[in-house]
Amino acid sequence: MTVSSLDDAPVVFSDVDMAFEKRHVLRAFSCRFAAGKISVILGGSGSGKTTILRLIGGLVRPQRGRIVVAGEDISRLSETQMYSVRCKLGMMFQGGALLDSLTIFDNLAFPLREHTSMSENEIAAEVHRQLAAVGLSDVDDLLPGQLSGGMIRRAALARAIVRKPEILLCDEPFSGLDPISVKRIEALLRRINRQLGVTMLVSSHHIPSTLRMADQVVLLLGDRAVSGSPAELCQSTDARIAGFLNEEVDESIEPPAYAGSHRFAAP
Amino acid sequence: MITLVQDLGAGVLQFIAHLGRITRFGASVVRAALTRPNRVRIFVSELFNLGVLSLVIICVCGLAVGMVLGLQGYNTLVRFGAEQSLGAVVGLSLIRELGPVLTALLATGRAGSATTAEIGTMVATEQLDGLRMMSINPIHLVVMPKTFAMVCVMPLLSALFIVFGLGGGYLVGVVLMGVDGGVYISSLQSAVDYYDDVAGSLLKALVFGVLVGLIATYRGYTCAPTSAGVSSATTSTVVVGSVSVLIFDYFITALWGV
Amino acid sequence: MSRSPARDFVVGLFVLAGLGAIAYLSMNVGGFSFRRAGGLVVYASFDQTGGLKARAPVVISGVKVGQVDSIGLDKNFRARVEMSLDHNLQIPADTSASIVTAGLLGDRYISLQLGGEDKYLKSGDEITMTESAVILERLIGKLIHSTDVQKSE
Repeated sequence: MTVSSLDDAPVVFSDVDMAFEKRHVLRAFSCRFAAGKISVILGGSGSGKTTILRLIGGLVRPQRGRIVVAGEDISRLSETQMYSVRCKLGMMFQGGALLDSLTIFDNLAFPLREHTSMSENEIAAEVHRQLAAVGLSDVDDLLPGQLSGGMIRRAALARAIVRKPEILLCDEPFSGLDPISVKRIEALLRRINRQLGVTMLVSSHHIPSTLRMADQVVLLLGDRAVSGSPAELCQSTDARIAGFLNEEVDESIEPPAYAGSHRFAAP
Repeated sequence: MITLVQDLGAGVLQFIAHLGRITRFGASVVRAALTRPNRVRIFVSELFNLGVLSLVIICVCGLAVGMVLGLQGYNTLVRFGAEQSLGAVVGLSLIRELGPVLTALLATGRAGSATTAEIGTMVATEQLDGLRMMSINPIHLVVMPKTFAMVCVMPLLSALFIVFGLGGGYLVGVVLMGVDGGVYISSLQSAVDYYDDVAGSLLKALVFGVLVGLIATYRGYTCAPTSAGVSSATTSTVVVGSVSVLIFDYFITALWGV
Repeated sequence: MSRSPARDFVVGLFVLAGLGAIAYLSMNVGGFSFRRAGGLVVYASFDQTGGLKARAPVVISGVKVGQVDSIGLDKNFRARVEMSLDHNLQIPADTSASIVTAGLLGDRYISLQLGGEDKYLKSGDEITMTESAVILERLIGKLIHSTDVQKSE
């Protein structure tokens, strides 16, 4: 079911409620993510950043509300129908989520072998191109377990863009990295956004890089969400926003007991 | 007292809900098997993981069980002067019951728990979500080949268990206890009928393969994405798998004789 | 999915070993055989089968030549046995069939004693001369009865 083009933003949330068991993560959440821009979803632990990305990917379903991704209302789609929507998405997971029984080469080649009819030579060329683009070389025959954290993230990023998606979702790409690796990944993300024109949604709690690279920031403050450009947020007079950006501890945001209930969804 | 009854009722309803869920899971596995692409390479790899890697435990245990049967059988039969029927006793026990059941229990412990742990770890490290985001059905890629491999492997392992068991019985009865080798084999051959005994044994092994395959993959697939979740799912596979095998064993035995 | 020819070979060996074990148990131990088509089907009626079962062997001079297919009652309430024999056999029409026991307490089977006629049985023919099974309890009963009779004389 496609939406009439009054609103042609690639990702639109309308009045979305999301709760795990009894814990409400999102309440009446509405947001537009602009095409071709880098949007950063900022918030503390358990505020719902990763949940928003998982909602876009259809990995969890909202209790209420509408989510439009690339023109389709995905809150009504079945799992099988989601597969075609996901062809336009790429997701870079926090832990990489690479298949640990396959080499890095096979991990990147996997979606190409599965969904395209490219020859092995073409696939090899494309994989090597993407690995070079993220600055990884000579990792073809290594297993994910043999890579460092930063290298796994970059390989995961390469895998996420190997199918040339319209929308790239990055779940906490900076968490747990040293400052140099953070800058490196930040530069990579900006370059990919410029070169491929891909819409990027990044969830993060790393404030400096957010303010540097975001075109739009969505700040999750527990009971409400605030959206704006980095400049607008920095100049905000709201005590809570200023407090967050100055990295003060916000006691009202509870840490998650168990985030991400996993129910078996029939395809 | 009332809460006890309430808990019992809740438990029954939960059990029925679980049965429903695992049946739907099984249906989606079958549906996946009918969809392209085929996963033959992974299937063969799983035959190795579940079958070949279980060979040592199956053959050793088969031999041991056969030897015990030979010993116990001989000691009991010799009291009635019927030690000539040792081949029949060892053979029928192994083929009808001990072969398929013990193989299934051993396979649940070894191959079943390994499968649950593997799939559970993939859930915990978001690998299955990664597959979904690449528009790949994790049931098609991961669950289906493992389940079908388990179904195919079980009759093969069961037959090997039985053959090693017959050998163990021969070793004890003929070589150690002095029963005549020819009498052992001929009593075995005359007592065992293909339709009554062997076919039922193979059917049991197939059914157990389906049970263990589905339970192991289901537990892994639905486990909580934490390391405690994986460990609890693995233990659950062994417990639920073993109990199911024994219960189904009764029903198949009862129905096959009809 | 890296290819490993060594692993494939081992899996192949495993499958062969397993199938071999199944074949051994089915045919060698369990007596399964493929010879079914083109059997010579003959019938025989008995007063008493004594527990003869389907798939019991049919034997000539101690050699198995066929098996019992089914047992039913005919309109005279006699047991009608259908058996299929090796189609290469030429069995005279006056052959007799008797139900005998393997050992004293073993399973029942059918033994054929060949006649001398020139005409041979065709598929669907009836063996007319039959000898029913001996029931051990009746035999003992008769023995007790005859000793009682002797005593009372």
